[in-house]
Amino acid sequence: MQAEEYDKVRVEIKGIAYEGTLMPSQTDSIVLKLKNGYNIGIKHEFATITLLEKKDETNKLKDTVSAEKRKNEKLPRISILSTGGTIASKIDYRTGAVTSQFSAEDILLAIPELEEIANYNCRMIYSILSENMRPSYWVELARAVYEEIKNGAEGIIITHGTDTMMYTATALSFMIETPVPVVLVGSQRSADRPSSDNAMNAICAAVVATSDIAEVCVVMHGGTSDEFCHIHRGTKVRKMHTSRRDAFQSINSKPIGRIEYPSREIKMLSSYVKRGEKKLALHDRIEPKCALIKYATGASNESLLFHVGSGYKGIVLEGTGLGHVSTEWIPLIKTATDAGIPVILTSQCINGRVCDRVYDTGRDILKAGAIEGEDMLPEVALVKLMWALGESKDIEKVNNTMRANIAGEITRSTCL
Amino acid sequence: MSHDYRALGLKAGLEIHQQLDTKEKLFCGCPTLLRDTKESNFEFFRYLRPTQSEMGVVDRAALEEVKLTKRFIYKAYDTTCLVENDEEPPRELNQEAVDCSIMIARLLNMNIVDELYTMRKIVIDGSNTSGFQRTGLVATHGHLESSHGNVGIDVLCLEEEAAQKVEDRGDSVVYSLDRLGIPLVEIGTAPDIVSPEHAREVAEKLGMILRSTGKVKRGLGTIRQDINISIAEGARVEIKGVQDLSLIETIVEREAARQVALAGIKKELNSRNAAVSNKIHDVTKVFSNTSSKVIQKSLKGGVVYAINLPGFAGFAGKEIQPGRRLGTEFSDRAKKSGVGGIFHTDELPNYGITDDEVDALRKAVGAKDGDCAVMVADTKERAKGALEAVVIRAREALVCIPEETRRALPDGNSAYMRPLPGAARMYPETDVPPVEITGERIRNTKLPELIEQRIERYVRDFKLNGEMAGQIARSANFILFENIMHSVPRASATIVVRTLETTLYELNKEGVPSGNINEGHLIQLFRLHSEGKVPNEAIGEVLKIIACKPESGVDSALRELGIGGSTGGLESIIDKIVESRMDFIREKGMNSVGPLMGVVMKDMRGKVSGQEVSRLLKEKISKKLDTIK
Repeated sequence: MQAEEYDKVRVEIKGIAYEGTLMPSQTDSIVLKLKNGYNIGIKHEFATITLLEKKDETNKLKDTVSAEKRKNEKLPRISILSTGGTIASKIDYRTGAVTSQFSAEDILLAIPELEEIANYNCRMIYSILSENMRPSYWVELARAVYEEIKNGAEGIIITHGTDTMMYTATALSFMIETPVPVVLVGSQRSADRPSSDNAMNAICAAVVATSDIAEVCVVMHGGTSDEFCHIHRGTKVRKMHTSRRDAFQSINSKPIGRIEYPSREIKMLSSYVKRGEKKLALHDRIEPKCALIKYATGASNESLLFHVGSGYKGIVLEGTGLGHVSTEWIPLIKTATDAGIPVILTSQCINGRVCDRVYDTGRDILKAGAIEGEDMLPEVALVKLMWALGESKDIEKVNNTMRANIAGEITRSTCL
Repeated sequence: MSHDYRALGLKAGLEIHQQLDTKEKLFCGCPTLLRDTKESNFEFFRYLRPTQSEMGVVDRAALEEVKLTKRFIYKAYDTTCLVENDEEPPRELNQEAVDCSIMIARLLNMNIVDELYTMRKIVIDGSNTSGFQRTGLVATHGHLESSHGNVGIDVLCLEEEAAQKVEDRGDSVVYSLDRLGIPLVEIGTAPDIVSPEHAREVAEKLGMILRSTGKVKRGLGTIRQDINISIAEGARVEIKGVQDLSLIETIVEREAARQVALAGIKKELNSRNAAVSNKIHDVTKVFSNTSSKVIQKSLKGGVVYAINLPGFAGFAGKEIQPGRRLGTEFSDRAKKSGVGGIFHTDELPNYGITDDEVDALRKAVGAKDGDCAVMVADTKERAKGALEAVVIRAREALVCIPEETRRALPDGNSAYMRPLPGAARMYPETDVPPVEITGERIRNTKLPELIEQRIERYVRDFKLNGEMAGQIARSANFILFENIMHSVPRASATIVVRTLETTLYELNKEGVPSGNINEGHLIQLFRLHSEGKVPNEAIGEVLKIIACKPESGVDSALRELGIGGSTGGLESIIDKIVESRMDFIREKGMNSVGPLMGVVMKDMRGKVSGQEVSRLLKEKISKKLDTIK
């Protein structure tokens, strides 16, 4: 009988015998898990494999652990919507990489403390890595959130990959008016390691989901220690580090608050919309054909020309400093706005507010019909523009929406 | 204590952990530099939780550790980075360390794997920020020759060193990150070791081979030995963290004795029909008015819980290693729940606990004559956990000797650490791609001369005695020594060794910046010495000056000391002394050279070589005697 993956085998090569479990291999080599737990790679050419024992199909821990959870009627009802990402990842033996495989139920099994905080209804929306997220998925997610709240969920937790979490948080901020907390959470270090930040982030997210903060927010580590999480407003948060636990930072605003760990105590740091203040509403139309174009020194205006000529409905420019692009770009901005394509100026400084009234270039940009993105993050401006164009095709209305504060994305006073 | 180890069926294996002296750490670009914790510039803390392995199983050793919700505090430095902080994925495997492991594997006649897979070995005691140690199997199927035949070398792994524990505060542990990630080879022998002496021999030989590579770190803590020991009636026990080679024999002896004693206790307990009751009794009331300070302290917000062990009377107090009893083993297990310790009736009344209280305790748990009651005072949760652990250990006493990992104690005894970890603690490190090791790479690895061969060569070629040859052959200075002997063939090897191994070390201890002395300085100094221009006694002084003013060189140092100039000054001094001692010279003849030598050297010691003084004195005295005749 042919040996298959996970069978016990003996591999003999050059007079040396290894015994172990045959593991999936990504290369031509045989990968063997020895009794001591180590994997080794053996070159195929001269090796002979003898089957010792077929794999034991009955002994899978996953099946032996019951997912049945006791409910405590006194606790609030929370819905966990799972979209994949590092908070729920596991090793994939096909590719040898870490991928999203856990369901929301798996998260509860891994983090039993969550059951002290609420009763959960778990729903898998997608299982994707967040770089594969698309605007059309936001719509599905927003609808799922809306349904859950309508069906009585007192808070929503969305598990999400961290790479594009800020885009999804922004989209939901505009698409849903919520009377309950809608919390996005993820982890920077994979859930398959004992040091993962997934448990603490998820516990803090559950605390926020059962709190008084009826906003779309992101709850992630506030420092490198397992000390506290920050609650970031969905439209003011940005991933500012590739790998650190405290990669998520509130930009141009203070976080809404922080949750101490393990005490789970919430401290408020700025004002917020309270539970029940808003009525549930869904605004789920989106115009995905919008572009975010970054200006760099010497960048040709061809990219702008391309987007104007390719049917893009809205453009966000990530300019330099106070919100500038080369003067060569200005005529094309005018071409765009004349054609009914809104153009929003934001800054690659990330921190601070755009002001196109200080220098001639800026004044010319405004004359060409562009809108100042104020203290909006470039990515937030992009998502907001998609949403605004979903709500209306009229450039004046869209421009007015872009100038207005809808979901905390524009502040009157720039944060110190 | 001497046993017939063959009759006992003693089997022992060694696991040696040796740090490598590479430029960078195993998975990042940080230097492999140990720091003073006072230099730490950043501190953070974390908690760890166990995870499932790729086979879907949680490791038993990992599970036990998680009973404690400990906070791990880490000290970082300007020589550590986000990889040590577990805030960044590891870089690719350090190839210098791979080459080094290949070299060691070849010296141990091992078979090297085609592809090296980095694994994660779950360790959640906080010593690794990630909660696992990265480790890869490099080679298998080797052997080492010994006086009892070949000892198999089963595995050689390349792994990252754990963080150093700085302080245990009970509910938190402080670790220093400087050591985390230093490359380490772990070498595991087969259980082919047959006696305590044999264990020591094998450990010494492995150490010699490792040091022969010139690629390993030296000094305290850079090499650690674990020992796996079992006897036929016993079980495999791993004793970790033996830093002192001289302790190996004692540890093997005492573990064999421990297993013999436990096997004896098991037989006796069974013949008495001893049993273990898992009913935990709340006996707080018995101690409500106790005068025992330990219990009074625990009772503030706490409880006293007790269990009965029928038939165990006398056994909890029975010695199994010098100063350690079965009761100590109960206590070790109990401490894992965070309690300070337990009491059992074999050792009571004591610690302020009275006879009456013991009687009441026995009554409360229903202990009859021949039974042993075990009690603990602490918070409810801890006390319960502690007694549950005692129940498990007591049950084991009836059926087997438990397989476990134990910690070596300084006296050669050992204490319980955790269950033996299984293979389930391993899963692949997906952030590090496998490394192919080609036959060409293995063949191109240059093998070093073994230290034992080097000693023989030094005795033969440089006429050093065995002790000095061993001293320099083992020293990191051996290459410097060879370079000096090559450049100055007439140099006295003994003096060179003494200078490199003793004089420089002492200067350094005095605070002299001996690092400023380079090979060129030493070669020039020994050339002058071999020509009789520098006396033995002056070497230290010359080096001291060179160390302080390295740019002005050897000549200038000699001038400063008044050494090695023309012999004119010396001659006139000798002339004066000879002149003033003519009566003595007349009386003693040539026999006056010796005493007068002393007189000259009194003034000139360290400035001229004795050889030169002796030559001039002989010459002058013999001239004088000639004129007298």
